[in-house]
Amino acid sequence: MSRLGILADRLRRRIERRRLILRAIRGRFALRAVTDRTARIGPGDILCFVTLRNERARLAFFLDYYRSLGVRHFLVVDNASTDGGGDCLREQPDVSLWWTDASYKAARFGMDWMNGLLRRHGRGHWCLTVDPDEFLVYPHMEDRPLPALTAWLSDIGRQSFPAMLLDLYPKGPIEDAVCPEGQDPFAIARWFDPANYSIHKNGHFGNLWIQGGPRSRVFFRDDPWNAPALNKIPLVRWSGRSAYASSTHMLLPRGLNRVYDEDGGERISGCLLHAKFLSGLADKSAEELDRRQHYADSREYRAYRDGLGCGTGLWCSQSREYRDWRQLEDLGLLSSGNWA
Amino acid sequence: MTRTVHLGVVLLCHADLDLAARLARIWAEGGARVAIHVDARVPGAHLVGLRHALQDCEGVIFTRRRRCSWGRFSLVRATQDAAAALLSRFPETTHVYLASGACLPLRPIADLVAFLGADPDRDHIESVSSREVGWTVGGLNEERFTLFFPFDWRRQRWLFDRSVGWQRRRGIRRRMPAGLVPHLGSQWWCLTANTLRAILTDPRRAEFERFFRLSWIPDESYFQTLARRHSTRIESRSLTLTKFDHTGRPYSLYDDHISMLAESRCFVARKVWPGAARLLANFPAQGDALPQTDPPQPDRAMRIIEQTVRRRAFGRPGLYMQSRFPRKDAENGKSAAPYAVIVGVGDIFPGFEDWLRAHLTCDVHGHLLGPDGAEFGGRPPVGPGALSPAAAVRDHDPQGFLTSLIRITDRMQVFQFAPRDNQALNWFVATDPHAHMLVVLGGWMLPLLHSGMPFDDIRRVFGRLQRIELEHLDVLNSIWVRARLHQHDLDHFLANPGPILLDFMRRIDPDCRPLAALPAMRDPSGLNAMLHRLRNAGLRPRLSRIEIAADPGQVPAPAVERAAE
Repeated sequence: MSRLGILADRLRRRIERRRLILRAIRGRFALRAVTDRTARIGPGDILCFVTLRNERARLAFFLDYYRSLGVRHFLVVDNASTDGGGDCLREQPDVSLWWTDASYKAARFGMDWMNGLLRRHGRGHWCLTVDPDEFLVYPHMEDRPLPALTAWLSDIGRQSFPAMLLDLYPKGPIEDAVCPEGQDPFAIARWFDPANYSIHKNGHFGNLWIQGGPRSRVFFRDDPWNAPALNKIPLVRWSGRSAYASSTHMLLPRGLNRVYDEDGGERISGCLLHAKFLSGLADKSAEELDRRQHYADSREYRAYRDGLGCGTGLWCSQSREYRDWRQLEDLGLLSSGNWA
Repeated sequence: MTRTVHLGVVLLCHADLDLAARLARIWAEGGARVAIHVDARVPGAHLVGLRHALQDCEGVIFTRRRRCSWGRFSLVRATQDAAAALLSRFPETTHVYLASGACLPLRPIADLVAFLGADPDRDHIESVSSREVGWTVGGLNEERFTLFFPFDWRRQRWLFDRSVGWQRRRGIRRRMPAGLVPHLGSQWWCLTANTLRAILTDPRRAEFERFFRLSWIPDESYFQTLARRHSTRIESRSLTLTKFDHTGRPYSLYDDHISMLAESRCFVARKVWPGAARLLANFPAQGDALPQTDPPQPDRAMRIIEQTVRRRAFGRPGLYMQSRFPRKDAENGKSAAPYAVIVGVGDIFPGFEDWLRAHLTCDVHGHLLGPDGAEFGGRPPVGPGALSPAAAVRDHDPQGFLTSLIRITDRMQVFQFAPRDNQALNWFVATDPHAHMLVVLGGWMLPLLHSGMPFDDIRRVFGRLQRIELEHLDVLNSIWVRARLHQHDLDHFLANPGPILLDFMRRIDPDCRPLAALPAMRDPSGLNAMLHRLRNAGLRPRLSRIEIAADPGQVPAPAVERAAE
């Protein structure tokens, strides 16, 4: 590319980033603080940012999971839940809660709200931005809490940490896999696809675009280009310049997306275990389809509804049962890089 | 010979003073005198906390604070100050150990004292001549001493790189002060008080400092070089277990390193993560009644760390994932294991795939890249690793498909290939040293001969497939080929299929079963007539070197002719 072209490209990304930040600042007005405990955030605390809607059944397990890893404060946007999840959150001492009934879609699928909160409260902190059904696993997690990871990342001069979304699913029909409130969803949904992921590089943002897994295999067999993206960069040391561009798949400035080695070496990475394929997904798909609030005309949810009606399962003879991060490292789904 | 050892410790601290206080207390309670240097960048309030935490410890002094930056002379200056203060305040000191505020003593201090006492005149300092092969990790070795380094590598990287490049172009070479031989080594050492005093009171100290002030990372060379000048007995090994990654940062130690560290028998390890509570509680190990003087055995610990260094630098061959996505030709192993691609043979022998599977201990597949989807061996609904056989999914990322398959399976993968298949991987396979290729050019003509299609269709398909094969041949004949390629013309192969197949099968599988009989072959007679007709229809059957008979009625025996050549 010519020098001028490179400059034009940089300028375009800069304008894009400015626009995202402006949207984030504007998006904040849509949020109404329910309980604001952000004054309790201490310097160096690891923060967790979540947008949710009707996820009460998952909340207790979610909060405990991340507390035990070392997250010190949760900043939650409640997108007009009707299941009482907000009341449960309000009582937690380490949760700050905002409420909104604005359009999820108009807020770029919640990312404007997240960017707004990140910008206001996340600067200078390591920030984990996840959905309530995403659970981070990373190398050495049984012995080293998140602060050890973030301290090491800061030490080697890294600002972001990638964690690919790994869909876990039950054996048998999804609608039969009932996860009781507060229970570990991976006691039921504990199978995954070991080696069917496709990778493309996005030249503009410099990130990798990963697809595949059971959703691609079952729901998007004829149309793999439209299968959901699995690449995520959920853990970022936030600065005033950063902004998530599309979900947590990629960020600007693009240097934050450079989480992979291109010279043959391996950098560190983790996985986000995805507890989506549990009983209730069909109802949820139907509801989400009615709301029409999801990405790309809710193509994904339409595929689920069509697939789940007849008791579809995702399990196949090649599925692997999830054990721990070491198993994922052997399979090459995550890497401990040089974090010895 | 055992003399009484009075140990002094210089402790350089710049972050996490709580941890530093805890570690200083370990040294002090073990009977060592401690001189603490705290980086001038640390706020005074933190320092007050540290002083308060150590106020009941005897023999702890704080030395003049300097502003230290990584890789600069300020670190040496701080060490000099602290060592001088220690020696003047506690003149009976016989040995000085240089440690940081994150260096954890692993064995009782009494062990270290006893170890030093067993040979009290020895200086323990890693000191490697910079002319010998690389002690350093990446970057500059001898140039540390021959160029000027006025800029900070961390904060002024651009200027740093420009200045190094400029000096290289100008051929600038500084001269080492007379009498010094440049040496490098770990910055953590243990010197005898005599050697250290000699270094600090060297009459030419000012001259040496002028030189080292503008060298790079002098904390890894100043004492290491001067010890060679003043010491008579150097044990060129650091007593501190420390390992750097490829960017020169030390590894951190966590709770899961406890057994590795205990096994290493090192006296001190660097650097401990402040939150590693179990690690900190575990060390220093409680000594027995008698101090042990066995030397450190860091080899195994070093090996474990070196493995991860290798993984970070070279990665696992054939792995493409979220944090390893090598650009083309920087893969360092395009695929994870050897595999075989057989082109054209399946078209000659219709039952070839099953026949081959019966003879090899490999996973034999059909056309993995076939137009109707991936034909996994046995045609399961889902391939190994849950790979989808759907053509659209496979063609979404064919390279990922093949490399995933090779990586997830234990046995060698063997598959058929033809011009009808997805050609996207031709370059990848041809340039992969793991690929074994058996190519029979023109094999695809036989199914066409027996297809029973109308001649116009045959002509069209023939033209298309021949063009594809020619493009593939360009790849296979290029100078970039790294695959182990066995290429035969159709007539050559037909003349002698058994030995060619056996030779190839033995190459990919030394345990392959002896060939009893070949599978049934498609009848090649009539091929000449077809080629003749195609030529007269305006095509130019280029590849086949089969004699095209002038008269389609007279069919020569092409195989025999070729074999006779």
